[in-house]
Amino acid sequence: MTAAVSVANATKTFGAFTALNDVSLDIRAGEFIVLLGPSGCGKTTLLSILGGFQSPTKGRVTIAGKDMTSVPPARRPTTTMFQDYALFPHMKLRDNVGFGLRMRGMAKAERDEKALGFLDLVGLKASADKKPHELSGGQRQRVALARALAVDPDVLLLDEPLGALDLKLRRQMQDELKAIQKRVGTTFVHVTHDQEEAMAIADRIVVMNQGRIEDFGPPADIYMRPRSVFSAGFMGEVNFIPGTVKAVEGASATVETAVGSMTLPVASFTAAAPVAGQAVTLCIRPEHFRRAGQADGPTVSLGEATITGSAFFGTHYRRHLKPTAAPDLSIVAHMPQSTAVADGQIVPLAVNLADIVALPAGR
Amino acid sequence: MRDTLTKFASFAYAGLIYGFIFLPVAVLVLFSFQDGRLPVPPFNGFSLQWYEAVFADRKLMAALANSFMVAIVSSVIACLLGFLAAYALARYKLPGSALQRGLLIAPMTVSYLIIALGLLTVLNTFGIKLSLWTVGIGHVVINLPLCFAIIYSSMGDHHINIERAARDLGASDFKVMTLVTAPMLLPSILAAFFLSVTFSWDEFIIAFLLSRFDVTLPVEIWSLLRSGLNPKTNAIGSLVFLVSVAVLAVLELTLFGRTKKS
Repeated sequence: MTAAVSVANATKTFGAFTALNDVSLDIRAGEFIVLLGPSGCGKTTLLSILGGFQSPTKGRVTIAGKDMTSVPPARRPTTTMFQDYALFPHMKLRDNVGFGLRMRGMAKAERDEKALGFLDLVGLKASADKKPHELSGGQRQRVALARALAVDPDVLLLDEPLGALDLKLRRQMQDELKAIQKRVGTTFVHVTHDQEEAMAIADRIVVMNQGRIEDFGPPADIYMRPRSVFSAGFMGEVNFIPGTVKAVEGASATVETAVGSMTLPVASFTAAAPVAGQAVTLCIRPEHFRRAGQADGPTVSLGEATITGSAFFGTHYRRHLKPTAAPDLSIVAHMPQSTAVADGQIVPLAVNLADIVALPAGR
Repeated sequence: MRDTLTKFASFAYAGLIYGFIFLPVAVLVLFSFQDGRLPVPPFNGFSLQWYEAVFADRKLMAALANSFMVAIVSSVIACLLGFLAAYALARYKLPGSALQRGLLIAPMTVSYLIIALGLLTVLNTFGIKLSLWTVGIGHVVINLPLCFAIIYSSMGDHHINIERAARDLGASDFKVMTLVTAPMLLPSILAAFFLSVTFSWDEFIIAFLLSRFDVTLPVEIWSLLRSGLNPKTNAIGSLVFLVSVAVLAVLELTLFGRTKKS
C-alpha cells in the first residue's frame, strides 16, 4: 500500500533550540523522497515527527488524508527502519520479520509464510532460521527492511540506513533499495547526509539546513537549478561569484561582477525574480566551464584566468584558476583529460549561459 | 634461573590462596566419608553411612525441600521486582531517579542481622506469624538489590531503539516488555536469578530469626551442630556445597559462556 504525506507548518523546539522551523512539505503517494542535509539540520527530527516518535510543537502531519499529528507510532500506517537496524537479537530472522504481523494477531503459519516471502524479497530466504548476530551488516540491513515492509505500511521511514556500511556495499544497497521501492510501491522517506546517495535513489530531494527546507525537487533540478546558495553548495562543488543586478529589461537582467558584466535570462534567477540594485551570487559548477569556441549554445565570457594548480582526477583535471580581472577570486574548473595546459598559463574562461544560476546573496 | 623462580613463586602463591579458600571445604567433604563417629583426623576409612543417615533423616529432608522452595520463590519474586524497577528507572524519567536507585541498592550495605531484626519487629507489630513465607520475604529484601543491580546494568541505551521498533510495529507496552525487553535481557535475568538462589540457599541469620516450626536447611544444620560434631553434619554440608557449585556451574556454562559469543 502507499499513501501521500503532508506536513503543514511543522515546528519543533527543544528548549531554546529550534530543530524544525515552520516546515511544510507535500509528498505524493509512492514517491521515494530523500531528506538531505548536514547533521543537526532537522532531517531526523522531521522523520521522527512523521513516524510519531516525536510530536511537533506546532503544525500538522497528514498521511493519506488523515490527521496523524498526535497518533502514536503503533497506530500509524508508517514503519521506521532504524539507523542501527534495531533487530530483535533473541529472535530468528523469520520471527523478526513476522513480529509486526504477530502484533496484528496473524496466526503463526500464515505469518511465517509471509515473513519468508519478505525475506525472499531481500534475498535472505535461506537464512530464515538464523539469528541477527550471525549476519553481516548488509544482511542485517536487509532484514530490517523486510521487517519494516512485512506489515505493509503506507509509508516507510528510513533513518540513515546505509550509514554504517562501507562504500561499495552502500552503492549496491542503494540500487536494491530503489528497486525494492519500485516493486512494492510504498512511499519511502529516507534520511541521509550523503548527497551522492540522495541523487542515486531519490525521486525528489528535500535539502534541509538549520531546521528549514532549502530546496525541494528532482535530483537534476536540485543540482542544476538550485534555489538556495546552501543547496547549491551542499549538492557538490560550486563556484560562487558575487555580483549586483544593474538593470532588468524584459526577460533578461544585466549583472555586474568582478569578472565582467553579463546579461542573464530571468530564468537563471531560480529563487526570486531579479530586482535592480539587488546583490546576487552567481553559481557555476566546475564542469560547466568551457573554452571559448567549444561550447554548444550561447556563452558568457568570464575573461582570462591564470592556472594556479592542477590535479588529475581520472575523468577530468581539477584546476584552480585566478581571474586576471579579480585576483582575490579563486575558481575551480574541471577540464577534459585531453587538455594540456601548464601551471601559470593564461586561458580564456567561458560558461554556457544556461548553466549559470543567480541567487540572492547572503542566503 | 630467575624465570623459574618467579614461576615457582607464583605457583606457590596461587596454591596458598586456593588452599586457604578451599581447604576447609575439602576437609568438610573428606570427613563426610568418615568411617567412624567423629569427623576429626585420623581418617579411618571410606564410608557412605552418613549420607545414608542424611537421606533417612525426615527433618533434614523436609528442611532441604523448604530451603529449595524458599530459594526458588523468593528469587523469582526478587527478579521480577528487580526487573520492573530496572525497567522503570532505565526507560522513564522518574523524580529523583539517582536517589531511588540508591534506595534500591541500599539494603546490600545493611547487615543481614539488622534486616532480620527490623523485619521481626515489623512482623510482630502487624501480628504476622513467622513461617517460611516470612523467611521468603527476608530473602526478597536481601536479593532484590542484587537482582536490580545486575538487570539495571545490562539495560543499555542500544536496547531503546529495539523497543521503539517493537512499538512501531504495533506492540503494546506490555508486549514490548514481555516479548522484547525481558527475552533480550534473559542472560542477565537468569544470572540474577541463580545468584539469588545460591544466596538464599546458604542464608542462615534471617532464616533463623524469621522462621518458627518449618525451617530451612542451614537452620536445621545449626540445630544438629548444637548436639556436637558428627560426620552427618559434614555430609549435609557437602550436599549444600554441591548444590551451590552445581547452580554456579550451570550459570557459567549456559549463560556466561553464551554472552561471550554474541
